[in-house]
Amino acid sequence: MEQLTTIGLNHYLTISAILLGFGLFAVMTRKNAIVVLMGVELILNAANINFLAFSKYNGGMEGVMFALFVIVIAAAEAAIALAIVINIFKIFKSVDVSSIDSMKE
Amino acid sequence: MSNPTYTVIFYLFAAITVFSAAFVVFTRNVIYSAFSLLFTFFGVAALYVFLSADFIAVTQVVVYVGGILVLLLFGVMFTNGIMQTGQKSEVFHIIPGTVLLAGIIGALLYTFYTSHGWMPSETTLQGSIVERIGFETMSHYVLPFEMVSILLLAALIGAAFLARFDKSGK
Repeated sequence: MEQLTTIGLNHYLTISAILLGFGLFAVMTRKNAIVVLMGVELILNAANINFLAFSKYNGGMEGVMFALFVIVIAAAEAAIALAIVINIFKIFKSVDVSSIDSMKE
Repeated sequence: MSNPTYTVIFYLFAAITVFSAAFVVFTRNVIYSAFSLLFTFFGVAALYVFLSADFIAVTQVVVYVGGILVLLLFGVMFTNGIMQTGQKSEVFHIIPGTVLLAGIIGALLYTFYTSHGWMPSETTLQGSIVERIGFETMSHYVLPFEMVSILLLAALIGAAFLARFDKSGK
């Protein structure tokens, strides 16, 4: 009970592990490329929670700065990935990742 | 911190985050997934506030909710047709996926709760850290900061180039 009511590092790590599991599940099981991207965003958020949790309980700023850079990289990744998905949709008329099996039209 | 109000609010936001993330993953409707992701991002931002990273929380709301989620919704609308929002997405590899989900969560939680205790530093982060982020950005991390800005510019130009309207092909 003491461990449940006192919020510590393990609580954040638990949430992070659950988000990582859900993200991997989405990446693995969904056929729609957009939902796969949402899974990737969940995984990046899980990593960020870990960085910030360890940074808080360590007292350093390294985790905070790294989390900031992760957010920037995630924005760049989402823009590029959406552009690629839109191109795939133009060529194949579908965003089903299991049916895209050639690299040219 | 064992303040009961603090604990209750933490569990509230943790529940919002986890359940909306589960809804993102398990619903078949792509639009529902995208809107449920909104609640996940807000819940994660609230958890960042609990971790005394208020600047990161605001950045999370601005970048993820204002940028990435709008991009994802745009992608959903563009690839499914605006009128047919009831688009279902197929699922495959459901058994290996479930095994992976249970395995990852189980293994990580087993490791966290059976390994003997983290030892928090004497000087945990307290209060607002906006000022310290400013100092760190302009001193230790000035090179990565500039590099990431150039990377972001190049990525956005590249995305606009890739997704541009093609006159001859259309």
